[in-house]
Amino acid sequence: MTTTDPANAGWFSEADPDDPESAAEAVRDGSADEPRDWPALAVEAGFADDEDEYYDALKEATTAATRAAVTEREAADDRQLVHAVRAMDDCERTANELAERLAEWGGTVDPDVGTGIDYARELAARDGNGADLPGDGGDRIRSLAERVADLADEAEDLREFVERQTPTVAPNLAALAGPVLAARLISLAGGLEELAKKPSGTVQVLGAEDALFAHLRGHAPSPKHGVIYVHDAVRGTRPEDRGSAARAVAGKLSIAARVDHYSGERKPELDAELEERIETIRARADGDDAATGGEGDD
Amino acid sequence: MTDALPDGVERRRFDGAERLATRGEPVYGEPTDREWRAWNPDRSKLGAMLELGMDVGLAGGDEETVLYLGAASGTTVSHVADFAGPTYAVEFAARPTRDLLSAAESRPRLFPLLADARKPETYAHVVEADVDAVVQDVATRGQARVALENRRFLADDGRLLLAVKARSEDVTRDPEDVFADVREELAEGYEILEQERLEPHHADHLGIVARPLEG
Ligand SMILES: C[S@@+](CC[C@H](N)C(=O)[O-])C[C@H]1O[C@@H](n2cnc3c(N)ncnc32)[C@H](O)[C@@H]1O
Repeated sequence: MTTTDPANAGWFSEADPDDPESAAEAVRDGSADEPRDWPALAVEAGFADDEDEYYDALKEATTAATRAAVTEREAADDRQLVHAVRAMDDCERTANELAERLAEWGGTVDPDVGTGIDYARELAARDGNGADLPGDGGDRIRSLAERVADLADEAEDLREFVERQTPTVAPNLAALAGPVLAARLISLAGGLEELAKKPSGTVQVLGAEDALFAHLRGHAPSPKHGVIYVHDAVRGTRPEDRGSAARAVAGKLSIAARVDHYSGERKPELDAELEERIETIRARADGDDAATGGEGDD
Repeated sequence: MTDALPDGVERRRFDGAERLATRGEPVYGEPTDREWRAWNPDRSKLGAMLELGMDVGLAGGDEETVLYLGAASGTTVSHVADFAGPTYAVEFAARPTRDLLSAAESRPRLFPLLADARKPETYAHVVEADVDAVVQDVATRGQARVALENRRFLADDGRLLLAVKARSEDVTRDPEDVFADVREELAEGYEILEQERLEPHHADHLGIVARPLEG
């Protein structure tokens, strides 16, 4: 029995027994609909003298293939995410800045001037070669509006990419923090491994570096939170309990980052634990309402 | 219930307590006694199934072939490779696979594969047909589907040894309801021979021994 259909052949049919690289490549890139008795077929095809020799070659090929794939994936995944979320932030910030400039400029000639990205989009969509904007600047204003609208579109596409990608890089962190905040934390730390190695007190203030340095120089209170401020559990908690909420969120996010880095397994129980902590913290507000007063946090 | 263990798996004393053990290089800091290393059922669903006396149908020995799905860092599959023959370990997360590679280093018939168990065609050109056992511990949604997709690798008289994690399917539902659904879906391709909850070793997990239906 020989096989001629390369789409359903064993890995060894594409591999040169004396070239480990070609073997590893065949393991990584090959496929077949159904398994077959590969050891016997490989011996039959003369790839190996006997099954022992076949298994030795298979061991070498799978090890090399898997090592290469792991290295590639690890490097690719979180680096890609870091760049994507930074590019997203840059696009958003730049689009907003330019939109402001556009509205200022547009206001000098456009009786219907609006504000922000919405105005840029609306202006870019108007018919007629900027004919309805008087003056020499009309064409330039419209052209600028188009750039701003494009930039805003790009930011949205990048956000979608980040939302899709983060759960595969860091499934637990993405579930607990939401994919965009998770990506931002990874980016601020410089990578998932770096984030996993940070103490939760550092995670709590990531993104608040300016405030932290001001505090260290002695002329500001210590920041209670960095970018995790945007997490619902922090933002949605009354101000006097926000420090506790930020600490609880940072604690759980640190654990999630460690699980993602060291095991990669999704642990839904983390979600429930965080929810419980936040409920307990928020329950203080009810207690205080009843008793009035109450000690502030920190 | 059975007391029979596969060849190469023994109950031995470690620090005064009787424990399952296999012969091989230690992988996860488990206690050792000369060439033997303890197999911790609290960290291994297959270990728990053996500890609970389930009849997993493994004989052990160089001729026995195993496809292991969800190998993670290699805790369990390293024990399997210690007592069985050619063992194919599939794991789709990159980071634990790095540790799996280390565990596989000293085991010449343990083949690591970075692949998605939901896409068997991406490794069917490597994994041989008619394996004696498919061991599955993927802890992800759609566990019955994964088992059905991988039936193609199993010999007619082979065994599926499946650990179902209820919370991976749905955190909010009663585990027994989740298990019932999994059993129903599994019946499309398997006959269940034995099943047992894996407490106290693993909360809300069901261990299943099944054989493939013909056709
Ligand atoms: C509970 S852990 C396995 C522990 C391991 N069996 C042991 O006892 O040493 C589940 C593993 O399945 C992996 N996994 C989840 N879905 C998978 C899939 N579709 N294909 C391959 N592996 C998957 C996860 O990445 C995780 O490492």
